[in-house]
Amino acid sequence: MTTRPPIPAHPRLGTRLAYRLQRVLRPQSGFRWLSARIEASPLTRPLFTGAERHAKESLFGCRMCGQCALPVTGYVCPMGCPKELRNGPCGGVGADGSCEVYPSMRCVWVEAYERAASQRRAADLRLLHRPIDHRRWGESSWLNYWQGRDDGLWTAVTGDTGDEGPITNYRRALEGS
Amino acid sequence: MSGLRERLASGGFAVTAEISPPRGASISPITETATLLRDWVDAVNVTDNQGSNVRLASWAGSLAAMAAGLEPVMQMTCRDRNRIALQSDVLGASALGIRNILVMTGDHPKFGDHPEARPVFDLDSVQLLWTLRHMRDQAAVLSGRALNPPPECFLGAVENPFAPPAEFRADRLGKKVAAGAQFVQTQFVFDVEAFGRWMAQVRDLGLHERCYILAGVGAVRSRRALDFMRDRVPGVQVPEDVYRRLRAVPADQTAAEGARLAVETVQELSMIGGVAGVHLLVAGNEQAVPAILGEAGVGAGRDAQDRAQPDRAGHGR
Repeated sequence: MTTRPPIPAHPRLGTRLAYRLQRVLRPQSGFRWLSARIEASPLTRPLFTGAERHAKESLFGCRMCGQCALPVTGYVCPMGCPKELRNGPCGGVGADGSCEVYPSMRCVWVEAYERAASQRRAADLRLLHRPIDHRRWGESSWLNYWQGRDDGLWTAVTGDTGDEGPITNYRRALEGS
Repeated sequence: MSGLRERLASGGFAVTAEISPPRGASISPITETATLLRDWVDAVNVTDNQGSNVRLASWAGSLAAMAAGLEPVMQMTCRDRNRIALQSDVLGASALGIRNILVMTGDHPKFGDHPEARPVFDLDSVQLLWTLRHMRDQAAVLSGRALNPPPECFLGAVENPFAPPAEFRADRLGKKVAAGAQFVQTQFVFDVEAFGRWMAQVRDLGLHERCYILAGVGAVRSRRALDFMRDRVPGVQVPEDVYRRLRAVPADQTAAEGARLAVETVQELSMIGGVAGVHLLVAGNEQAVPAILGEAGVGAGRDAQDRAQPDRAGHGR
């Protein structure tokens, strides 16, 4: 299912800059229009996806799951966690913050917490992430994001159980079945 | 109906323990252990290939414990099965009368006897809890297809109060509670003070009102076990003073001192507000359970004693 095995990666993009870019790249009408044009063409779509792969691989160790969580994980990729955990760290994190599987690396969630907290975004880590769709590996998550296909990836914990909404978007889950 | 749930709902101090199924095609070791434990604990966890080592399946071990008169808590990890297999196993477990399911991410295969195996982790523990709650309460599988009848299950989670990032660990439990956890069993508590700090955060978030909290207590058997636990078990932290205390006695006294420490820990934990019970992590050392619980004055074997504590009366579920 994956291009290469998950290994924790240290992001090379500064936290403040990442959040600033996040504001600039919000799915405004311009990006929606542009992304629709890009993915409509059999030429620009793979070019754009390849450029995204290249950029995010070197910046975040991206593995192209196609459903990016970076905006709410302090821009540390959770798919670099050897267990691919999207809802926070496992219980095996070393006392020094090291990954239990790769002790020479830091746990991606320890780093995610530090980076998010440094920009007062620690509350992002409370969001509940739905199970990912494994059919989307290799897709451009930027196009998915601008086209609104990523809207259901996570949901807020709003209080008592049941308020988080359904775990699956049924329409999406049954698509293509 | 889950007896463990009834016990917790009644405000009683609950005790659970752990059985590791054998490496072999026989249930008799489970039957023996369950017979030993059944008068002392409210339910017993049956582990799911713990440490990523192949053992008898946890559903089969759970049935064996049930047949021996002890209510099982079936452990389920996300390591070996995808969302299809996990949902299917829950239906089977519920159909056969297993009422408690404990969900965890699971150790990485790297630590077990098949390090070359493909790690699955299709869902994480939060997503699996959410899935099971969805199956039970919405009577549907993840695809949206209806379930008739839906499974009945009392859903448990685990948490490690001591692992970094410490500031996030209570929130992490909050996510599990939001996803569906009704009880939680923690990692080994050797550092009661640090556990108390985590519990304060848990109470601030009101999680103890929505989820029963069972603190993990282990009984160290030998110096070798102590070193193994300190150096080799992911996520376990043995503070220096505990380590020194257990090393200070002669090697043949380590087990006795370990049991004494467990007794003290159980007693201290029972005084912390919001702690609904203890989970004894004694796999392989089940014989120590009656003595520890008897000494500490807790456990089903001491039902005659009134152990209900007034501050637990307000427990939500």
